[in-house]
Amino acid sequence: MSTTKPPALSDVEHIKTKSRRLRGTLVESLADPVTGAIAASDTQLIKFHGSYQQDDRDSREERRQQKLEPDYSFMIRTRLPGGVLSPAQWLALDAISQQYANGTLRLTTRQAFQLHGVIKGNLKSTMAGINAALLDTISACGDVNRNVMCNPNPVDSRVHEEVYRWTMRLSEHLLPKTRAYYEVWLDKEKVAGSGEEEEPILGSTYLPRKFKIGVAVPPLNDVDVYSQDLGFIAIYEGERLLGFNVVVGGGMGATHGDAATFPRLADLIGFIPPEQLLFVAENVVKVQRDYGDRTSRKHARLKYTIEDRGIAWFVSELETRLGFSLQPARPFTFEHNGDLFGWKQGHDGRWHLTLRLESGRVADTPGARLLTGLREIARVHKGDFRLTANQNLIIAGVPAEARAEIDALVAAHGLDGFRRSSPLRLNALACVAMPTCGLAMAEAERYLPQIVSRLDERLEAHGLQKEKILLRITGCPNGCARPYLAEIALVGKAPGRYNLYLGGDVRGQRLNRLYRENIDEATILGVLEPLFAAYARERRPGEGFGDFTVRAGHVSAPSSPSPSSSLSS
Amino acid sequence: MSSLSAKGVARPPGQAAPVSPFTSTLLGEERSGLLQRLVEGLPPEMLQWLSGYLAGLAAQRGPLQESVPAAAPVPQAVPEAWLTIIFGTQTNNSRMLAERLKSQAEASGLSVRLYRASDYPVRELQKERLLYLIISTQGDGDPPDDSRGFVEFLLSKKAPKLEQLRFSVLGLGDSSYPKYCEVGRVLDTRLAQLGATRLQERADCDVDFEPVAKGWLDHAVGRAAEELAPRTSSAVVTPLRTAPPAPKHGKEAPVVAEVLVNQRLTGRGANKETRHVELSLGDSGLTYEPGDSLGVWPLNAPELVADFLSVLSADGAAEITRDGRSLPLKQWLTEELELTKLSRPVLERHAALSKSAELQRMLTPEGAEAFRALLKSHQIIDLLRIWPAPWTAAELVRTLRKLAPRSYSIASSQKRVGAEAHLTVAVVDYTAFGTRHMGTASYFLATRTGDEERVRVFIEPNERFRVPRDPARDVIMIGPGTGVAPFRAFVQERAETGGKGRNWLFFGEQHFRSQFLYQTEWQEALKKGELHRISLAFSRDQKEKIYVQQRLREEGKDVYAWLEGGAHLYVCGDAQRMAPDVHAALIDVISTHGSKSREDAEAWLSTLRDEQRYQRDVY
Repeated sequence: MSTTKPPALSDVEHIKTKSRRLRGTLVESLADPVTGAIAASDTQLIKFHGSYQQDDRDSREERRQQKLEPDYSFMIRTRLPGGVLSPAQWLALDAISQQYANGTLRLTTRQAFQLHGVIKGNLKSTMAGINAALLDTISACGDVNRNVMCNPNPVDSRVHEEVYRWTMRLSEHLLPKTRAYYEVWLDKEKVAGSGEEEEPILGSTYLPRKFKIGVAVPPLNDVDVYSQDLGFIAIYEGERLLGFNVVVGGGMGATHGDAATFPRLADLIGFIPPEQLLFVAENVVKVQRDYGDRTSRKHARLKYTIEDRGIAWFVSELETRLGFSLQPARPFTFEHNGDLFGWKQGHDGRWHLTLRLESGRVADTPGARLLTGLREIARVHKGDFRLTANQNLIIAGVPAEARAEIDALVAAHGLDGFRRSSPLRLNALACVAMPTCGLAMAEAERYLPQIVSRLDERLEAHGLQKEKILLRITGCPNGCARPYLAEIALVGKAPGRYNLYLGGDVRGQRLNRLYRENIDEATILGVLEPLFAAYARERRPGEGFGDFTVRAGHVSAPSSPSPSSSLSS
Repeated sequence: MSSLSAKGVARPPGQAAPVSPFTSTLLGEERSGLLQRLVEGLPPEMLQWLSGYLAGLAAQRGPLQESVPAAAPVPQAVPEAWLTIIFGTQTNNSRMLAERLKSQAEASGLSVRLYRASDYPVRELQKERLLYLIISTQGDGDPPDDSRGFVEFLLSKKAPKLEQLRFSVLGLGDSSYPKYCEVGRVLDTRLAQLGATRLQERADCDVDFEPVAKGWLDHAVGRAAEELAPRTSSAVVTPLRTAPPAPKHGKEAPVVAEVLVNQRLTGRGANKETRHVELSLGDSGLTYEPGDSLGVWPLNAPELVADFLSVLSADGAAEITRDGRSLPLKQWLTEELELTKLSRPVLERHAALSKSAELQRMLTPEGAEAFRALLKSHQIIDLLRIWPAPWTAAELVRTLRKLAPRSYSIASSQKRVGAEAHLTVAVVDYTAFGTRHMGTASYFLATRTGDEERVRVFIEPNERFRVPRDPARDVIMIGPGTGVAPFRAFVQERAETGGKGRNWLFFGEQHFRSQFLYQTEWQEALKKGELHRISLAFSRDQKEKIYVQQRLREEGKDVYAWLEGGAHLYVCGDAQRMAPDVHAALIDVISTHGSKSREDAEAWLSTLRDEQRYQRDVY
């Protein structure tokens, strides 16, 4: 008789179990003066509070020789559902970054802010400062529901307003109930039950892995809704929100050389009216909470639960919990997953200006004083700011008469890159990677400007400089910049070497394919050269580069049809 | 009391009898008898020769065991006339000269008592007929740590009339400090004031002390011999210690050590550079104990030598003679002369040559403050540039002080590193008055980064900075900045010895991120249980400045408990501000947590110092 022992839980599961609802030994770690790091187990827990421990990888080796530990610092990420914040909050984050972080702000691909380079001794002050600005960092990282994304600037602002309110409620509804954040960072008193709080949705050991929700408002798919664990696609008639199509099981992360890991597009499973949104979201989370794989972190996302058990099983399990069936999905069409730059007028006559911020980095450099410029704008702006899913920024709600002033500030501080940059540069995404991200195998953000210039040269040589080609670069295969949806993607493999992926579309509906593995810049350019030439010669009117590479057979067609194609109207 | 002390430096005068009564205790009955028969009837010359012979034998058999003499009983008789030599020292130079004086005097047949100032029983002053005092000056005119009590007593109202006494003082110091040889000068005046008669004029020795000291010593031996007619009727049994084993290596015979590692310790963005230097002692046989310093003979920076040649408009190849030696000017400047530290004799000559009223005024009593400021801020090259003077190369060569070695507390234990010595070097390199200023030795060491770099070094023992003999004792080590160096050695030593005693380190610097010297080593030591506690103060990581003394006060309760439990306390580093601030903090801690008045706390700490449980190596 053989007994099969169930596989052991992953280490992080044990850490969560022992953590007294995410407290761990964070307080002790913060007080340890001998190191700028926190205890290894706390590095897992601090993520739930919105922070990652990182170190300056550029100086690691020299510091080892100097008998100094790695230059540890912390990245802090805000929770900012839908990416909306007030000018006062912008100014507060700017000031916090000047005082405690590295003096730059970074807009993420999930519409949040990241502060980098906060040393341990300043962590509490930074967290408290963010809280004082009526913002928080709870669940910005960790095995919980992350920042909920939402299209920030639809043409129809009334529907958007409603969708945005649902986004906020989703984020609030799925927050952990633990008071750990308040006790550790804000010195709030312990209350009865501290460390044993009920977590009715997330459970006492939280989710098996991160969980991402995005809400798209067609025809824009800027949030890449098929890359989310759980996605909602707003269905509306005129200015009336009818409800949402539901998609589940998307995800980008993969591991080089591990066939058991892969990017996956979400499955469309039905339609719900708005009032069922929170209940459905809660139950999707609960199914994943109970069935997600807690033995292997690489296999713990909802996409693997669905892949392993089948989408039919998932829908049935979900509907059992809901006590009702989802309605059939409604038709919709996505046109693009990028941002619409420049001024756009909303339904109420006010104007919205979308600015390009390369890699989402807001910094002052000799060429462009972006940080100063946005500070000046925040001081005079009466509307709000909206972070886009593509690391860009919308100055939203500007009355017609205030446009000139904003335009002048934009021009004076080099924020008008969107007027000059090539389409390739305007739409490219890059994650942070080196030197702070511990996962990075190659450069991304720091490499983007250079590779774009090289590619632009080649495109121009073929007369393709006006083509909107979607390029995304990440330093590792985990997919923070959603590379597997790009027409050209470079995924870091080693310093200076990348895997080249081709064949995504520009609507976030088709995964690209690995085209060449582990190649350097010269090879990347060399490999793309004949494809650019062929594209220039053979493309059909309006055909995108990704579509072309698939149609012409340079890249094999995806094995499954595009997820929404059957429903596209 | 005047037994051979544990340190083996205080020694009673010899007995008049051929063999002292305690020989049997030391040697056993049989050998004592043999010795008795051997020396019987021998003329003094032969006895003298024998003592030297035996001393030589002892030297060949290795270092002296200090425990043996400590067991010796007190001699019962004291001769009528003897010479007493008292020394006070921080870096051992006074001690070395005092021991040399003693052997010279004994060679002339005199009875000699030799004391470290802290070991001298001051009530015996009134019985002294002839006293030579060799004492150095530290920092801002302070006595060395081992002489504080002695100096305080002499300067106090308790000091007795000393009309019976003849004396002379040899002062040691560094003329780049304003209160050069102050302690020697003050004691010289005070002894005269107490009625004692000056047998010969005081002499003040600069860093290059040898020439002046030699003259004074030779003369002193002669005068002492005149004062104390040698007793031909009774020979002196010269104890084995008379002729300390001639060291194979030393200041004048340095070992050439290869640089194994020369690594910056301070990280990016640090506004100062501190380096870790590992030197190979090879097969030189050089040994040291944690607490010892390494003397380093530097060479002057080529850039600085070029600056001198340019200011002098002189040819580096020109032969110049000084003290009977003829060398090319460039060699004098590179290898032989002090080119950075300004000293009074140099300033005096320069003031005269430049005819600068400003400089000349600094040399008057009214100009003392300006003089002090000048010494602190200016190097010799600044003087030459700001107040030009018609120096000839020859005159400058003859005026500048001889280049002196610099000492660094050794940062390693041989129990761990074997035939290596590690140093922690703060590199002095800054610009002032439009000129780059470099610390002679630190810059020299910092630039030894090529292949097969070599440095001339020697050991400077520091018996007064030692880990407790009992490894079960706890230690508290206060070493901000490069003051942490000897404590790296202590922690290594105690880890290798494997005792039960706990180690508590107080360290401070400006910034945690870039200046936590040896951070990963301390982390490792904490993990392994080689270091038990560490208290850190990074002064500029927050608005208010925080130094180690604040941490001492914060941890006062435990500090006091450790001390009450027998812990040894060590301070190493800056003498100007850190050491006094730490001392004040200790007094606070002791009075607060020991419920003592300030006076009692001071006394308590003094007792600790007397018991060698409060040791300092400050500079």
